[in-house]
Amino acid sequence: MNDLIRLDNVTVTYERHPAVHHISGAFRAGSLTAIAGPNGAGKSTLLKAMVGELRPAEGSIDRGALTRNDFGYLPQAADINRRFPISVADTVMLGAWKNTGAFGQVSRKDAERARDALAVVGLSGFESRHIGSLSAGQFQRVLFARLLLQDARVILLDEPFTAIDQRTTRDLLDLVLRWNKEGRTVIAVLHDFDQVRAHFPETLLIARELVGWGRTQDVMNSANLIKARAMAERWDEGAEACLPEDEHAADGHARQEPAQ
Amino acid sequence: MTIYDIFLAPFADYGFMRRALIACLCLGLGSGPIGVFLMLRRMSLMGDAMSHAVLPGAAIGYLIAGSLSLTAMGLGGLVAGLSVALLSGLVSRMTVLQEDASFASFYLTSLALGVLIVSLRGSNIDLLHVLFGTILAIDAPALYQIGAITTVTLLALAIIYRPLVMECFDPGFLRAVGGRGPIYHFLFLLLVVLNLVASFQALGTLMAVGLMMLPAAVAQLWSRSLPAMMWIATGTAAISGYVGLIASYHLEFASGPTIIITASLIYGFSILFAPSGLARRFFPRPHLRG
Repeated sequence: MNDLIRLDNVTVTYERHPAVHHISGAFRAGSLTAIAGPNGAGKSTLLKAMVGELRPAEGSIDRGALTRNDFGYLPQAADINRRFPISVADTVMLGAWKNTGAFGQVSRKDAERARDALAVVGLSGFESRHIGSLSAGQFQRVLFARLLLQDARVILLDEPFTAIDQRTTRDLLDLVLRWNKEGRTVIAVLHDFDQVRAHFPETLLIARELVGWGRTQDVMNSANLIKARAMAERWDEGAEACLPEDEHAADGHARQEPAQ
Repeated sequence: MTIYDIFLAPFADYGFMRRALIACLCLGLGSGPIGVFLMLRRMSLMGDAMSHAVLPGAAIGYLIAGSLSLTAMGLGGLVAGLSVALLSGLVSRMTVLQEDASFASFYLTSLALGVLIVSLRGSNIDLLHVLFGTILAIDAPALYQIGAITTVTLLALAIIYRPLVMECFDPGFLRAVGGRGPIYHFLFLLLVVLNLVASFQALGTLMAVGLMMLPAAVAQLWSRSLPAMMWIATGTAAISGYVGLIASYHLEFASGPTIIITASLIYGFSILFAPSGLARRFFPRPHLRG
């Protein structure tokens, strides 16, 4: 069985309103999947639930034999306090958590790996720079270096290419594709549909509920995109409770199996 | 008057001055780094609120012990401070109130309750001691207590340093790697309350936070590295303590306020002359080549 992470009727709520609800399906081991959808579709929320940052209100996420150390996570840049007085090297070395834990010392080997990771993302010589002095693109490169250090089997990226320059986007995208070639499973939240079509073989299209999941060319058709937009804009202050018998979303959208 | 008379004699001649100085140095070592973290977590005013929250517990300790027993007041203050921290945390998680709003409500209640309890039984002098501290009255047991709190603070900070930094800087990543952010947040609040209890004895409920936040603000003006900031904050607090005590001795000023004013003067100097201070704006230097 090569399903790596299985979602079963996952619902994550915000003040009882669904951020996403009734998402079921599975990410295959070694797949490269985009989580796409309009603004407010619940893409980041779903990713946060998968990484364990948010707890599903209903349903479950089966991570199989994976442990926390198997996941590498790139938070949205907006969730990070860029004014915090920390250097580039120290930020990257936080990626060695698997080896250091909360209290252990960073080994010389990890420090070397951090230097190498910075070289890979093109930031050699930036080690002692304060993160507040970096551009958005440079900072994103630092976070990718931290991911390199995490050396994870499953890599979850939240809006990795938002508000950064084209050159950086291209470099980091190459890194993402390389990770996938190495056999790692990569799941990225993206809102640029062209990027999704060009580089991501599989797509999970959501708009607070599942619209389609499978091969990108099958999922990203205009009917689905129009449906996604309409669903994301629906927000009913007076909505009634979503009861099991009207779980239309869970049944109404069959997962489209990707071609092997 | 010789240099010895000015700078050393007060401490050589009087035990209470020596104890006050040691207390200030200990407070600087513990409160300095704690203040830096408070400031980086954008909780500067929360520290102030918390220092008032300590009051009713200290007042009850005072009532039970029957005198200005620093141990009883310290224990009471610890319980009261932690209760307010936990209750306002709970209220902000379970209602729509933000943490600062619930903190403000609880600390005002605490302050009123504390002053009421002290004024029920004590004299105005006692009330003054509680509000403004009695740094010159610190005895050996109180000093041991302050020393113990400083030791615990430094050890705890050394142990939880990495997760605490991550919790301030990138909480999502900390949760993703399995670090329990709320535990470190709580441990940090515990350290804040402990240090406030220590400074409460010396500087009173109104100024307890002075040796925590002023040095932290000074540190941020001078440095952009966390370890350096913690050293600068500690140094600033220690210098404020020493200079404040000397000045209050010779000028016959009240000691607590003089110490805080000294810290304020260092802060004022830093605002003007620190690398990111005002003077740079008026005297710009040429930019660098690369």
